[in-house]
Amino acid sequence: MSEQRTFRVWRGDKDGGEFATYETKVDPGMVVLDVIHRIQAEQANDLAVRWNCKAGKCGSCSMEINGKPRLSCMTRMNVFAPGETITLQPVKTFPLIRDLVTDVSWNYEQNQRVRPFKPKPRGADGKMRMYQEDVDRVQEFRKCIECYLCQNVCHVLRDRDGKAAFTGPRFLLRLASLEMHPLDDDDRIPEIKDEFGSGMCNITKCCTDVCPEHIKITDNAIIPLKERVVDRYYDPLKKLFRVFTGSK
Amino acid sequence: MATRDLPALGGHPEGFAGSMRTDRWWIEPVLTVLVLGAFGVYATWAAFQGNHYYADPYLSPFYSPLIFVDSAAAVPGGAPEHHAWFGGHWPAWWPAFLPHSPAFFILAFPGAFRFTCYYYRKAYYRAFTGSPPGCAVVPTAKSRRYKGETAWLLFQNLHRYAMFFAVLFIPILGYDALLSFWKGGLPWDGGQFGIGVGSLVLTINVILLGGYTFGCHSFRHLIGGKDDCMSCGKATMRLKLWKRVTILNMKHQNFAWFSLFWVGFTDVYVRLVSQGIWTDLNTWG
Ligand code: SF4
Ligand code: SF4
Ligand code: FES
Repeated sequence: MSEQRTFRVWRGDKDGGEFATYETKVDPGMVVLDVIHRIQAEQANDLAVRWNCKAGKCGSCSMEINGKPRLSCMTRMNVFAPGETITLQPVKTFPLIRDLVTDVSWNYEQNQRVRPFKPKPRGADGKMRMYQEDVDRVQEFRKCIECYLCQNVCHVLRDRDGKAAFTGPRFLLRLASLEMHPLDDDDRIPEIKDEFGSGMCNITKCCTDVCPEHIKITDNAIIPLKERVVDRYYDPLKKLFRVFTGSK
Repeated sequence: MATRDLPALGGHPEGFAGSMRTDRWWIEPVLTVLVLGAFGVYATWAAFQGNHYYADPYLSPFYSPLIFVDSAAAVPGGAPEHHAWFGGHWPAWWPAFLPHSPAFFILAFPGAFRFTCYYYRKAYYRAFTGSPPGCAVVPTAKSRRYKGETAWLLFQNLHRYAMFFAVLFIPILGYDALLSFWKGGLPWDGGQFGIGVGSLVLTINVILLGGYTFGCHSFRHLIGGKDDCMSCGKATMRLKLWKRVTILNMKHQNFAWFSLFWVGFTDVYVRLVSQGIWTDLNTWG
């Protein structure tokens, strides 16, 4: 049965804005993005919202719904209490373009900073081999849809002005997928520590909490990277061992 | 237009622990403060007691391993001298202001393990330092000089050393659990086999602590995770181990809380049985 619901939607641009209230009919099975489209069609033709797939796979429709970073196309209306007012905001961490749309290009710049896969030399038979169980680990990371909800929720980027020192969980994830790859030949540990700022993360796991692909970002990517950084830089016995053996 | 008091661009609140979240996100940090705080207070109190840590055949995990006992003083609920690794002569260098409590020799090790544990770091950075108190909640101490774990928190990188010690405690506590089935010592010392509620309490304790310790992120890294090619096409031990540890690691939070609760409860149990307040149901009669 359809019901009348109240939505507060942030309307504005870089010069400022305010919440506008819309009452609209919600049908069973609708997701938040459906409701936004209905408001757009019936009451606010100029309401800006970014979306593409409506299937949780393109990562375009990220926003904050009742204060929680979520994909609007994957947030079903029946998760809210009956009669609850629903507040929609753009993500906080990236500059607002208009209404619910932000400029996430900082993330693409981060992506370009990551050196691409550098394959190891081929084996004697001219082939390159890797084994499924060795790449299972990094395959999890490839589920990422680049919605940047993790980048948005990470307090280092969101509330600490940390963008100069920290690349954010999404790109530590990408770095982990290369660093742990059995056929990648690059040494990425020094820059993971110094340029990408693995030490800025305090492993509070909000990235993991919001990831719509349920990637265990902190446990499976960031902490293992931190442990590799410890191996190289902070483990006193390993350091001593390297001094005596002259190894890297 | 946005002013200091009005919502910032996008309508996100900026004040102390500001958030648009409508759920009760603050329950988790409040519970963390209460439970960790209560445990810290109880463990410190119990360590300062220096007595009632033993009720034959049960030894409290807060006091195990027993390094020294003070056999010169008649400690109520203390362990017999042969239980202590280095006997019953309390070291002469012991500072006078501290009670002669065997707990002081060992509690720092599990303490350091939990303090530097990746899971507890998450829990107390959120709950005690509000950094952040919840997801999409403004950090309570919103300093521009936030340095993460790069500055004075660099010591957290030594977690693996705390883990090495914590691993050593597991066989020791396992041995205590085994001893808890033999009243009066092992069979060749004339002990008598049996089973009591305390035996179960001590056994569950070492199982939970083992689950917690072997699910450690540093352990997972060192036993295999550090290698990109854990199998390289062969059924290697390290891949097998890594997979097992991964199962525990995914439940690390649960093991962290259950084992914390249970190790505290085990001390309470032994203490109250030793004081005669609780009666241990057992087959020894
Ligand atoms: S775990 Fe680290 S990267 Fe993820 S949100 Fe927290 S601080 Fe950011
Ligand atoms: S890691 Fe998860 S939350 Fe982050 S961008 Fe990828 S899919 Fe989104
Ligand atoms: S519209 Fe593609 S993820 Fe939501």
